[in-house]
Amino acid sequence: MPSVLVLYAHPAPHKSRINRRLAAAAREVEGVTFRDLYELYPGFVINVEEEQKLLKEHDVIVLQHPFYWYSAPSLVKEYLDLVLTYGWAYGEGGTALQGKTLLQSISAGGSEEVYCSQGRNRFTIRQLLAPFDQTAFLCGMRYLAPHIVYSANQLASAASIQPLAQRYARLLTALRDETLPMEEAASAHKINDLIPA
Amino acid sequence: MHAPHFFLSAFIYLGAAVLLVPVAHRLGLGSVLGYLIGGAMIGPFALGWVGGTQGEEAMHFAEFGVVIMLFMIGLELEPARLWRMRGPIFGLGGLQVSLTILAVMGIAMACGLETKPAIAIGMILALSSTAIVIQTLQEKALMRTDGGADSFAVLLFQDISVIPMLAVFPLLASSGSKVVHDGWLHELPHWAQPLVTLGAVVAIVIAGQFIVPRGFTILAKTGLRELLTAAALLLIVGVALLMTQVGLSPALGAFVAGVVLAGSHYRHELESNLEPFKGLLLGLFFLAVGASLDFGVIAGKPLLVASLVTALIALKVVVVFVIATFLKIRGSHRWLLSLALAQGGEFAFALLSMAMQQQILQVETSRLLVAVVALSMAATPLLFILYERVLAPRYTAVSKEQRAPDRIDEHAPVILAGFGRFGNFVGRFMMSQGVKVTVLESDPDHVEMLRKFGFKVFYGDATRLDLLHAAGIEQACMLIIALADQAKVAQLVTEVREKFPKLRILARAHDYDQRFELMSLGLAAEDTVHEQMGSAQELAIRALRALGKPAYATERAARRWKRYDEETVDLLVPIHQDEDAYASIVRERRIALTQLFEKDIAELPDDNDKGWEIGRAEET
Repeated sequence: MPSVLVLYAHPAPHKSRINRRLAAAAREVEGVTFRDLYELYPGFVINVEEEQKLLKEHDVIVLQHPFYWYSAPSLVKEYLDLVLTYGWAYGEGGTALQGKTLLQSISAGGSEEVYCSQGRNRFTIRQLLAPFDQTAFLCGMRYLAPHIVYSANQLASAASIQPLAQRYARLLTALRDETLPMEEAASAHKINDLIPA
Repeated sequence: MHAPHFFLSAFIYLGAAVLLVPVAHRLGLGSVLGYLIGGAMIGPFALGWVGGTQGEEAMHFAEFGVVIMLFMIGLELEPARLWRMRGPIFGLGGLQVSLTILAVMGIAMACGLETKPAIAIGMILALSSTAIVIQTLQEKALMRTDGGADSFAVLLFQDISVIPMLAVFPLLASSGSKVVHDGWLHELPHWAQPLVTLGAVVAIVIAGQFIVPRGFTILAKTGLRELLTAAALLLIVGVALLMTQVGLSPALGAFVAGVVLAGSHYRHELESNLEPFKGLLLGLFFLAVGASLDFGVIAGKPLLVASLVTALIALKVVVVFVIATFLKIRGSHRWLLSLALAQGGEFAFALLSMAMQQQILQVETSRLLVAVVALSMAATPLLFILYERVLAPRYTAVSKEQRAPDRIDEHAPVILAGFGRFGNFVGRFMMSQGVKVTVLESDPDHVEMLRKFGFKVFYGDATRLDLLHAAGIEQACMLIIALADQAKVAQLVTEVREKFPKLRILARAHDYDQRFELMSLGLAAEDTVHEQMGSAQELAIRALRALGKPAYATERAARRWKRYDEETVDLLVPIHQDEDAYASIVRERRIALTQLFEKDIAELPDDNDKGWEIGRAEET
């Protein structure tokens, strides 16, 4: 049974609407290792050895974070810069991540409509995540379509968010149990529609 | 010696020094020439204020200054550094001594002397004056240049080569004269003599390594500074005594003792305690050399003396210059090296009187040579002036940027005053970042303990400027003050800023008030911290996290709070003595602070607040 590692990054969890509820749901899924990066590394001094060990021990890596400036909060970038080293993750002898799966779980302020070539944001989220896609590719990982919660700012009440959190938990369970159609999951725009009911 | 007589001599010597050295210094001639001229004036052959035998006595006494100087040079040279110098010492030094002996010998024989006296003269004139050269190099800050360091290496070899010279001299005596040995050493069988000598050196090394530092620790605990000074002098006198007993030069023995103690944490303390004695005795030594100038001999054969002095200097310059060229020493260093070593040495006087006693040389020849050597010594400061004003500028003018850097010295760029509960964190962290730090700590017990942990800490009170000098404050770029005593901190800052206005000073303060004081003494705001800030904030962060506050937001809030506090300090500095203004600013800032964090600490954001922090990116 594949093991799942969720790397959660939110710099201000006390101000989060979506992510903290999704995070709470993820924590409950059996077989998921949950890491809150901003709690672990408030001073940005990442423990590279430990993070590499954890990455190696898991088969599915999930980056869960808000979609700041069409990308991830800065600690995620710091994490990738420091942990995915040459000779370990890529380059000569860098095979530690080969064959693993990378998934991103994103919450975005805008609606789905603004993320297209005619929309205000001009690109789809899948397009904007190309750097992560390519990072996974270079490390020999399979990159899945992102899990996206659109219009995060409009979802004010806990009642409207709770179903989303449950769906997210089911997604993680499906990844754990290998019940997801992986070919489709890799090629779709977003993974949300493939989550079993 | 009658007391009134002693006072009179002391008055004359000191008076000559105090009057003439400043004049010479003012004229750019250097202190050595001032002493020499002063000595010549009061000497038996000019004013006659200090007599012949008494002058010689003064000379013998003053040679102790040279011994102290060699000890202090040893203190600056750790064994590893000395080992790195073995090339110049034996290569350059060996060539200089042997080639000069051969050249002088050849000339002397060409002038009609026999082989044995010619060898004696060669050995006598091959030596240079350690005292004059090193004093001048140090005074002109040339000691750490390549030329200066190489000069020192040659002088060191000369000091070593005195030992075989003393052994060879009796063999040169014409067969009729009786060789007189003194001392118990010569009563031993021949095979045992070198063993005893070696044993003495080993004894110095062992004592310096294990016994002396412990003794100093015990003395330091008494808190009586003069006891440490007395112990330092006792140590050197003891070494000198031991060395003369076993037939080695006291200066060489003192040098070895110095090298052994170079790694000791009492090094800077020793240096600062001995410095005045060294200076005074060396001055007396130069005065005595000046007084030994026999104007009678010079006036009798002025042309001969002048040409001999010129020839001696020219020959020694040429020999070293050729060796330096051969060894690929280039530029101004070659000139410095050649000119610095061009004089006869103080040891020549001892060898000459020995040569006279053992009838190797005729009395007349000996007197002539004494005058020549003394005059060549007096000419040395002039040669240095020639180097500084004419030769060195040529090289620096051509390649100002390429001017060879001073040889990497053993003084660290950072001096840390105080290695207690605060300073030791500062020092340890800086050292972990590869920065060399000279640490001064005034608690002997503490120093001892830190030594056991492997820290290089020097014992001494950092508020004494002479100790800071010994620690190399001239070469340092930074002084960090981590002393607990607030009055001492203020005093140290004031003094150091006055003497070294360019040196950057960083200081720890106990509280806001002391920070204001330090800043009013001229320290920059960013160069002072009050000690609670870091640790108090750290504890508060832990408390907040224990209460469930998010780690990163708390960390950021702490940094912003610190920045805010710095801004408040900036506002308070100009008015901190005005109680009312102070109170009103503190009140204002407290309100502003509450407003600053109000939005951030709200758990549930209102609709307008979409970013996670003011001015930060929002979810797009």
